[in-house]
Amino acid sequence: MSSGTFTPAPGAAPLPRMIAAHAGLELRTLLRNGEQLLLTVVIPTLLLVLFSAVDIVDTGAGARVDFLAPGILALAVLSTAFTGQAIGTGFERRYGVLKRLGASPLPRSGLLAAKTCAVLVVELLQVVLLTVVALALGWSPAGLSASGAATAVLLLLLGTAAFSSLGLLMAGTLRAEATLAGANLVFLLLLVGGGVVVPLERFPGGVGGVLELLPVSALSDGLRDVLQSGAGSAWPQLLVLAVWTVVGSAAAARFFKWE
Amino acid sequence: MPLLRLHRMQSSAAPEAAVDVAGLVKRYAGKTAVDGLDLTVARGSVTAFLGPNGAGKTTTIETCEGYRAPDAGRVRVLGLDPRQDAAALRPRVGVMLQSGGVYPMARAEESLRHMASLHANPLDVAELVALLGLGTCGGTPYRRLSGGQQQRLALALALVGRPELVFLDEPTAGLDPQARRATWDLVRRLRADGVTVVLTTHAMDEAEELADRVSVVDGGRVIAEGTPEELCRGGAENTLRFTGRPGLDLESLLKALPDGSTAVELSPGSYRLTGTVDPQLLATVTSWCAQNGVLADRIAVERRTLEDVFLELTGKELRP
Repeated sequence: MSSGTFTPAPGAAPLPRMIAAHAGLELRTLLRNGEQLLLTVVIPTLLLVLFSAVDIVDTGAGARVDFLAPGILALAVLSTAFTGQAIGTGFERRYGVLKRLGASPLPRSGLLAAKTCAVLVVELLQVVLLTVVALALGWSPAGLSASGAATAVLLLLLGTAAFSSLGLLMAGTLRAEATLAGANLVFLLLLVGGGVVVPLERFPGGVGGVLELLPVSALSDGLRDVLQSGAGSAWPQLLVLAVWTVVGSAAAARFFKWE
Repeated sequence: MPLLRLHRMQSSAAPEAAVDVAGLVKRYAGKTAVDGLDLTVARGSVTAFLGPNGAGKTTTIETCEGYRAPDAGRVRVLGLDPRQDAAALRPRVGVMLQSGGVYPMARAEESLRHMASLHANPLDVAELVALLGLGTCGGTPYRRLSGGQQQRLALALALVGRPELVFLDEPTAGLDPQARRATWDLVRRLRADGVTVVLTTHAMDEAEELADRVSVVDGGRVIAEGTPEELCRGGAENTLRFTGRPGLDLESLLKALPDGSTAVELSPGSYRLTGTVDPQLLATVTSWCAQNGVLADRIAVERRTLEDVFLELTGKELRP
């Protein structure tokens, strides 16, 4: 380097370039992380195959995979937007990455946008993979109307928003280790009690009615209405997800600690 | 009180100052970390913030970086408010935190490219990697870099956006002597290229080597400020040592010296004079030796170091 190398020439890159660059870094570190892949790819795929092939839970009338596929798609969104994001962000906070980024030209809104982009790309890969596996297992989704397809996409996006806000709330308030343990525990509990592989009707009395209000239940139920029953809309489930998103975002914005 | 001769902090800042802090107070849960601190950094200069751990250096720097809101006082960085004008300031200011700040899983060069892509006119990453001696570990994840490599990467991350002003919080902590020299060279190049540098350190040699001005901090306040020369010259007296025949008549020597000088025979044949050691005094001593037939051996004039200054100011060791 010659003299004049460090002559100041400051300036922020255009926002879209910053977001793309940061989303790229998040995505690469995510896809390189073995534990994350176990959570987001291996576990949902294994559950789909296992519960479809073996009669472990009574999933009601019809092929088991027809019940399971929408639930596993919901679980995939949960694993990436909530569990993976909470753990990843919790450790970014712990390692001072968020603090350092706070002094970079990337604004917080851009950081959030980049994280969301990375999550959506991972989810897209998950949906493609799980759909292919489910189809191979004999999944025959209901004929999708245009409004049904739009509802499914809306459910996935709103589910992503709800889980992201809750994941960031956890990452921004708890210690990284507590987030790691807590996010995995929540994942397990929601896997069992969130209508993912066990129909909520199997739970006694009013319990199922309460569990329906969980975000993952709303997502899996809504996807099932559209993909299994061929419904054109899923307004109650969208409403549940919207409420979780609003509450989660407000709490995250209020309580998130950057360092 | 000799301290009064030290150049004291000027609270009125020139408008073009890169950093202007006046009366900064910052408390954490009732404990006062910074207690009425003043700091002015001229553009294009290297300023060292010298003090022991817990003196308030990092809190002050992080307030300038916009991480903390002052409880009282005024903070201006490049003429702007670090919190209100954060969006405008961030691209112009390079930051090296005391530790961490990098994705543990991300590779060294990847982290640099990422930071470069957030800026409009970044440095060439490959050149920067070579300059900082990170060439062999560009593909290594941050967590597997040595402590010194992590430090250098953090420094590179502060520079890659071509900032006008950089805050380096203990840039050479944990570096081996070679890497430390390399970092010093880099700071000198930054200065030569017109970058304003504010660094914290608790190594006096670093401050003496690099800084145009030094602010000595203790207990959350600047207790002395000036160029390293001024700080070492002012205040207390200097020392002259020589060896010669044992049992010299120091009384007669003292009569030849200015008032206030002292002379002791520390051990047989080893003498120490203190006072205002200037060319005149040296001449007086050597001519006295000549008159008394003394071959003064190993004459040494000792300048004060910043460490001496710090000891006199606080009665404390600088290194924690």
